[in-house]
Amino acid sequence: MDKQVIISIGRQYGSCGHIVAQRIAEKLHISLYDKNILQEIAEKINRDYEKLKKFDEKPRNVWFSRRLGEHSNSLEEAMANMQFAYLRKKAEAGESFVVVGRCADSALAGEKGLVSIFICANMEDRLHRVIEADKLSEREAKITITRMDKQRKEYHDAYSEKSWGMAEAYDMCLNISGMTIDDAADFIISYVDLVIE
Amino acid sequence: MTITQIVALMIFIAMFILIVLDKIERQWVTLACGILTLGVVFGLCMHSTDAIIETLNVKSIFTKEFWYVSGNAEESTSGINWATIIFIAGMMVMVEGMAKAGFFRWLCMRLAKLVNYKPIPLFISFMILSAILAMFIDSITVILFLAAVTVELAKLLKFDPVPMILSEIFCANLGGSATMCGDPPNIIIGTSLGYSFFDFLTHTGLMAGISLVVIIFYFYFVYRKVLTRTTGTVDYSTLPEPKSAITDVKYFVMSCIIFACAVVLLVTHAITGLTVAFIGVFIALLTLICFARYISELLKKVDYKTLLFFIGLFMVVGGLEQTGILEKIAGFIGDVSGGNIKVMVAIILWVSAFASAFVDNIPFAATMIPIINSLSASTGANLDTLAWTLSMGTDIGGSATPIGASANVVGTSVSAKSGHPIGWGRYCKAVAPATIIIVTISMLFIFVVYC
Repeated sequence: MDKQVIISIGRQYGSCGHIVAQRIAEKLHISLYDKNILQEIAEKINRDYEKLKKFDEKPRNVWFSRRLGEHSNSLEEAMANMQFAYLRKKAEAGESFVVVGRCADSALAGEKGLVSIFICANMEDRLHRVIEADKLSEREAKITITRMDKQRKEYHDAYSEKSWGMAEAYDMCLNISGMTIDDAADFIISYVDLVIE
Repeated sequence: MTITQIVALMIFIAMFILIVLDKIERQWVTLACGILTLGVVFGLCMHSTDAIIETLNVKSIFTKEFWYVSGNAEESTSGINWATIIFIAGMMVMVEGMAKAGFFRWLCMRLAKLVNYKPIPLFISFMILSAILAMFIDSITVILFLAAVTVELAKLLKFDPVPMILSEIFCANLGGSATMCGDPPNIIIGTSLGYSFFDFLTHTGLMAGISLVVIIFYFYFVYRKVLTRTTGTVDYSTLPEPKSAITDVKYFVMSCIIFACAVVLLVTHAITGLTVAFIGVFIALLTLICFARYISELLKKVDYKTLLFFIGLFMVVGGLEQTGILEKIAGFIGDVSGGNIKVMVAIILWVSAFASAFVDNIPFAATMIPIINSLSASTGANLDTLAWTLSMGTDIGGSATPIGASANVVGTSVSAKSGHPIGWGRYCKAVAPATIIIVTISMLFIFVVYC
């Protein structure tokens, strides 16, 4: 693809959205940004990533932080804003990339070449995936999925006027149940090709 | 407890929870709760228009005593404290003018140059500067500029700015406790109980002065190794010249004169009889006349949200006061202390400090003032002693955690934005022990001098 393309992938927990994003990046030979953004930031500011990762993609803890006008001392918000700035810098530099989560659909809104995708899947498939990948019981997997989706929604909605997972917030919402990872990646690439051209 | 009291208390608790949850901007929370207090508590439950009128307190603005007091000031704790609101608004206009002229940045840069940009002298001088500025200017502005310059210097001089920012935050809160206009709780205590700038300076100011010496040593010993650890060679030619901070010499000189006027008027207001409301209006008008070209810009920058927050807050606290809940709390403290002033001081100081460490110290102080007033009336305890105790407890206690006071939020926010996030662990490890030390010193001072 000659033109700049930024594919933001929002995803339900256990939907394999992250793997699809990885596959898209591989197929298009472009960078994939996920938790590696924070790893790079941690290195740059000389902080331990392990200590910072607990604030990644989390909503602000209202009991342990305060906001005063434009100022906030929430580490969750600080991490989010640093990642937004990182992504905007990459976008403004003309780089093509795939970004997973990080409210990128909103943080990069207006950037040239942005295509926002939301990946979801049927609950049965998500349960199956979480049980297998996280080595959990069915009950534990259900609880984890509910908790993680809630967390992602709260995080996203704190920085976006649109609601996480709702069709109007994205260019395309795709249920990938019944598709292989490759099929899903190819489908998204062909869609991106269409809208970018 | 009567239904009226329960309703007033429920509104108050709901207001606190909504402020903490931060889903709705805090000024709308306090205003909505204030209107609920007027309508439901005073209107529906008490059927008292007098309570509404007394809480709105508008009449007081049109009295001579509101602007000029001959002899001792009248005590007035009920309802909206318009003097506090007008004074804060006036100071906001002055501070915006000073910032526009580049005063704060120039002052920080000048001081840094004066100590030859050496980390330890810089660290100590910025702590002292923070405390002194916070005596006259709100701690948010002080920290906003100091922290920003600290981050800039740290980048150029290649040191970790976090220790300096944390010590500046603590000293801003400490300096704020020294005078009547330093910290919002003190403005409310002073205007509600009729204390002058000089009253604060000679009582809480003395405690703050002693504490500042102790705290400079404390932070020096905590951070001396970190501060001398630089990462790379420094190119001194890249350091900005202090005069480059001045945007316009004419406005800079005028802002210095206006600031000097404000300091003189505040220091002498017990002698001149001019109230803080008068000083606030005078200083604001003077700034607006001098900065006539930027009048709309300065007025736009005034933090109206905070002023509205105060108005709503005073209405809700007025509800608690009019329904007699605060008297009950005062009675409870009186019973627990058995009338012993030392026990009362210890309770007020440590409860205020602990509460202020976790909740906004402004509503806490506003709520506590009628309580100490009532406690003094019922037990015969010296009101001045209780007022200084409350002031030190709320002002110093607010330093303990990143969420305790506005300066902490702004300082840690500036640090995070510059790539130096400060978590609870790092903050509390250094600042919480400092808070405990200073609250203990204040308690011992009050015991020895006043009890």
